[in-house]
Amino acid sequence: MPYLGSEETVKELRRALSNPNVQSDQLRYRNIVLKVIRAMSQGVDVSSLFSEMVKACATVDIVQKKLVYVFLCSYATVNPELSLLVINTLRKDCQDPNPMVRSLALRNMTNLRLPSLVEYVEQPLMTGLRDRAACVRRVAVLGWAKLYNLQTRSEIDASVVNELYNLLRDPDPVVMVNCLRALEEILKEEGGVAINKPITHHLLNRLKECDIWGQCEVLRILQRHRPQSEDELFDILSLLDVSLVSPHPPVMAATLSLFLGLSSGLPAVSKAAIERVRGPLLAICGSASREMRFAAICHIQLLLCSIPGLMGAHYKRFFCGYAEPSYIKQRKMKVLVELVNDENVAMVLDELKGYCTDVNTDTAQAAITAIGRIGRSYSDKCLEILTGLLGLKQEHIISAVMQTMCDLVWVCPQCSETVCVAVEGCEEMLLDSQGRQALLWLLGMYGEFVSSAPYTLETFIDGVRSEASLGVKMELLTATMRIFLCRPAETQDMLGRLLHYCIEEETNMCVHDQALLYYRLLHCGIEETRKVLQGRRSDPSLGVLIGRPAEPISQWASSFNTLGPLKQNNVEMESTSRKTPELVTFEPKSNTDLRDTLTCEPEENFHSGSDRTTEKTDSCTPVLPSSPGLPLTLSLSPALSPEEFEHMWLEQQPPQSEQGDGMSKEEDYLCLEECLRCPNIFDCSPKSLQAAMQLVNIQMLAFTPPNTLPWRVYLYTHTQQSNSVADTPHSSSVRDVQHTLILGELQYSGKGNKKHAIKGSISDGEVVTKDWDDEREEEEEKVVAYGLRTDRTQDEVKVTLKQHPKDEQVLKGFISILRTLLHTLSSEGV
Amino acid sequence: MISQLFILSSKGDHLIYKDFRGEAGNDVINVFYEKVTALPGDQPPVVMSHRDLHFVHVRQGGLYWVATTTSAGSSPFTIIDFLNRLAALVTDYCGSLSEKSVQMNFALIYELLDEVVDYGYIQTTSSDVLKNFIQTEAVSSRPFSLFDLSNVGLFGAETQQSKVAPSSAATRPIQSSRDQGVFVDVIERLSVIIGSNGAVMKADVEGEIKVKCYMLNCSEMRIGLNEEFSIGRSTLRGYGAAVHVDECRFHQAVKLDEFDDHRILKLCPSQGEQTVMQYQLSDNLPSPPPFRLFPTIERDNRGRLLIYMKLRCDLPPKSAAINVSVSVPVPKGCVSLSQELSSPEQRCELKPQSRSLVWTVPRCSGGTQLSAVFKLDVPGLSSASMLEVGPVGLTFELPKLTSTGLQIRFLRLTPVQPGPSQRWVRYVTHSDSYIIRV
Repeated sequence: MPYLGSEETVKELRRALSNPNVQSDQLRYRNIVLKVIRAMSQGVDVSSLFSEMVKACATVDIVQKKLVYVFLCSYATVNPELSLLVINTLRKDCQDPNPMVRSLALRNMTNLRLPSLVEYVEQPLMTGLRDRAACVRRVAVLGWAKLYNLQTRSEIDASVVNELYNLLRDPDPVVMVNCLRALEEILKEEGGVAINKPITHHLLNRLKECDIWGQCEVLRILQRHRPQSEDELFDILSLLDVSLVSPHPPVMAATLSLFLGLSSGLPAVSKAAIERVRGPLLAICGSASREMRFAAICHIQLLLCSIPGLMGAHYKRFFCGYAEPSYIKQRKMKVLVELVNDENVAMVLDELKGYCTDVNTDTAQAAITAIGRIGRSYSDKCLEILTGLLGLKQEHIISAVMQTMCDLVWVCPQCSETVCVAVEGCEEMLLDSQGRQALLWLLGMYGEFVSSAPYTLETFIDGVRSEASLGVKMELLTATMRIFLCRPAETQDMLGRLLHYCIEEETNMCVHDQALLYYRLLHCGIEETRKVLQGRRSDPSLGVLIGRPAEPISQWASSFNTLGPLKQNNVEMESTSRKTPELVTFEPKSNTDLRDTLTCEPEENFHSGSDRTTEKTDSCTPVLPSSPGLPLTLSLSPALSPEEFEHMWLEQQPPQSEQGDGMSKEEDYLCLEECLRCPNIFDCSPKSLQAAMQLVNIQMLAFTPPNTLPWRVYLYTHTQQSNSVADTPHSSSVRDVQHTLILGELQYSGKGNKKHAIKGSISDGEVVTKDWDDEREEEEEKVVAYGLRTDRTQDEVKVTLKQHPKDEQVLKGFISILRTLLHTLSSEGV
Repeated sequence: MISQLFILSSKGDHLIYKDFRGEAGNDVINVFYEKVTALPGDQPPVVMSHRDLHFVHVRQGGLYWVATTTSAGSSPFTIIDFLNRLAALVTDYCGSLSEKSVQMNFALIYELLDEVVDYGYIQTTSSDVLKNFIQTEAVSSRPFSLFDLSNVGLFGAETQQSKVAPSSAATRPIQSSRDQGVFVDVIERLSVIIGSNGAVMKADVEGEIKVKCYMLNCSEMRIGLNEEFSIGRSTLRGYGAAVHVDECRFHQAVKLDEFDDHRILKLCPSQGEQTVMQYQLSDNLPSPPPFRLFPTIERDNRGRLLIYMKLRCDLPPKSAAINVSVSVPVPKGCVSLSQELSSPEQRCELKPQSRSLVWTVPRCSGGTQLSAVFKLDVPGLSSASMLEVGPVGLTFELPKLTSTGLQIRFLRLTPVQPGPSQRWVRYVTHSDSYIIRV
């Protein structure tokens, strides 16, 4: 920030600089120069002193020389003509017997950044490359990079490039690393310095000589190397094993990054490497530097995407410190959420509860959100905490709790009862628009269970004129409409007032149009309105994803050890923002195009939290089983909670299940075990499996992680079979239909079947493989990914189905659907 | 690779600015400071972006050390570690780290930066290499003080005090080779959570051994640790008071050939400060946590909040904790505080911006128990707001004490230093985060 009187200062400095008395006294001269630099770094524009400073450059005093160079390099671009005067002094210095002076001159010559001076610089730079002193060579090597960037279009001299490649064998490690850096810049267009096998080995052998910065640079550049054989790969990896557990965070991170790059085809190796850095990473989390801690926590978040169990035992390390800055606290909470399991949930919740009253409102809200996330798996405990927090009567806490509750009931509908009780009486404490939107959504969805709902809405409607937030108005409209559907007597009047205001007076087009839409919808009759507005109250597909499926490492490997993970809101948990269900065009999917649908991104179909366009208001997909003329419709509603499923599943224990295709019948339900042959179904990611199941309206309720044995999937669906073939999905429920509920378990135990574990271990430096099928080489990657390989002829999935009430026909139909589905999926996988 | 580097004071004054690559204008400092001030609270995130420029900063000595880079692929670990290392170098060369010392030594810092980074690439940060290049003398920012002379006896006679290093001895520039010395510091950071029932829920220690060397000609240094020092959970422990840590990491330069048998670290220290060994221990502290708190919170009939606190110090009787500060979150809207403390040197104040009351005790010796009563006036006190009296945080320092029990048996220098070479060993335990739930 420039001082007032900066012009005075400059004038005074100029007078002093040109004073011959000062010039003759070295110490005084240096002090004046010092003052100039001080003014410069304080932001005063001292560029007008350039010519005086050029004169000050010709001195024997090295300290003064350095100071003048600092000045000259900052202002050279402003005074290109005057800079020419400096070149002579600099070139003279390049021949100085003192290597320090030589390197200083060379460095500053290239730092002037003037394209016009290039011709004078090239020659000293060339001699600099062959200088006796390493410090001069270091400077000269980087000098070429600077020169090249000054005149980008010019062709780079091939002899220089050759010289730089030769200098890779320089005895000084810094010169070597600088050569790499310079070549990277000069050969940018060709993709950087050529990394072949000899260079790689040379670099690796000299890695120990470099300091940590050099090591990081070498490791980074080595990422481009593609080893030709597995032997070479494992040689490299075993060489680098020491750096992987280096006490220096930069080296550790660079090594892991290189490991992940090199072993991208061998997930087992990557995984082992990640396990190995757990110790060092945890140590950084406790380092004295807060910024370093933060970097480590952000990267741990990345690692957890693929290996959720990595830090499970160390969850206490992620408890927030007393004086930690909020950015660390918020990240730590996100990590904690991922680490929750049955044993530590009480401890973690206890800890999170303490953060909810944090002075920093963002931290407090983050803590509440975290509790909500945990609530998806442990809803009772979390709801207890959340309702307790409402008692604090603080605006920001209540608002955060409301939003969290919304997210929670959307995923876990069984929480709705508690939430409905909690919601009452909160409205006057809610000041921000997000909180009020959340409250309105809850009131709209569960209005029939909240006795005061219409009266709460009435206060909102009375104040709608002064309402500033667009979101609140929209939500208010929808909520009033929904309550009108279930409690018309109480709401009719206020709905009328609201619609009138919105249509007649509201200036915002969005609100106006939506009100108009609702108004016209009401004209179509109450049934139509109901169909449009009363959709699902929850998204069952999200309930299953409590334990997020592990992402493949390759998904984030490229962003490891970059600034990306440290940026805000980078690793965002899938949001569960609720949305008013809109009318959705409904397209029945038949078996034939299942395959096509599966090739497209499964996420698009169901997984995106914010965009819920695929949400079907009353979705039933007619699926034609193999036997024609017997239309079987599967449907997801009513939704089944995991608890209910478990209860029913255990209740209907089959009596001593026989092996094979045994069928056991009891009074009211049917139990069936069957083996389906479907190769590679285990290679299929849970996500795509679920997406596929959703398409035919089968709901996956739980599944084991992909690499565990026995591999299990639990699912359920409702079947509807009617006699009339021309059923439309929406009207089917009123006809003469038979409903059954099917619960199912897919199990692959590996027992009896041949399976081969493939282990990649770094310590051995080789991959142990057995029974390799030659013709299936392209599959190898996939198979290794799950550490397990199934024999093609033997892999059968045991399907256990329980149906209630029994209906053999339907069950057979269902099995054929399931078979088709699994076959399609497994053939996709190949 | 670093594009620019600058040091800002906490008030936004430009102290040092250096542009290595000329990729962005020099208005970035203002852009950065605007970003910092625009954020609520004084805790801006480590990485911020402006167009295609990324700012990475660390806070050291109350200053912002900022590096900018244009490539998002730069390693955050490298940049952060480098900035920390740079701050350490500046501390080594200037003696101490503060806005004033940076301002006074800016020529030296520019010189350092020139040697440390070239064209945005880190060249070296080793003080052994750098000392050949650095010509500027450091200016000590500490004014002359008569206290420095206090440990010189009458007519130069040895006094008792000369066996204690003056507090300024370790905060002087490394270039001043006037009097040589080696400081070995064992610093431990304690993070503890004690549950409301008094159970220790978490107790971690992060420790490090730091060597600060002012010697010019020291070829080898041998540091002997406790002989019964053991690493890892599996190691069998003897009957004695073994010192145990979970994990241990050493500086690259440390030679460990005598470590396994005799627990001796050998190294050739370079001038300045370096961390020789880092270790950590979780959940298995040999001694009980140093402080216990017994709070009682009630509401009196006049609607005031009463907090009784009993603080027990469980240190060995000869040790003491200093600078103890107990911070208790209080309900929102608390207006005034009256207190009864047990001794006049204790203080207590209400901090509305952090919504807490802070009780400071300058010194608390082992085995003692302090009690205090706080009366808070909170308008509209409800039973719910009692819940806001959240976890209590303690900060303190335990001089001459390590919580793991790690000790330095001996410290030998070769060649044997002629004259009064001084070797100092210091122990201290800091509270990193000491939380007692109520």
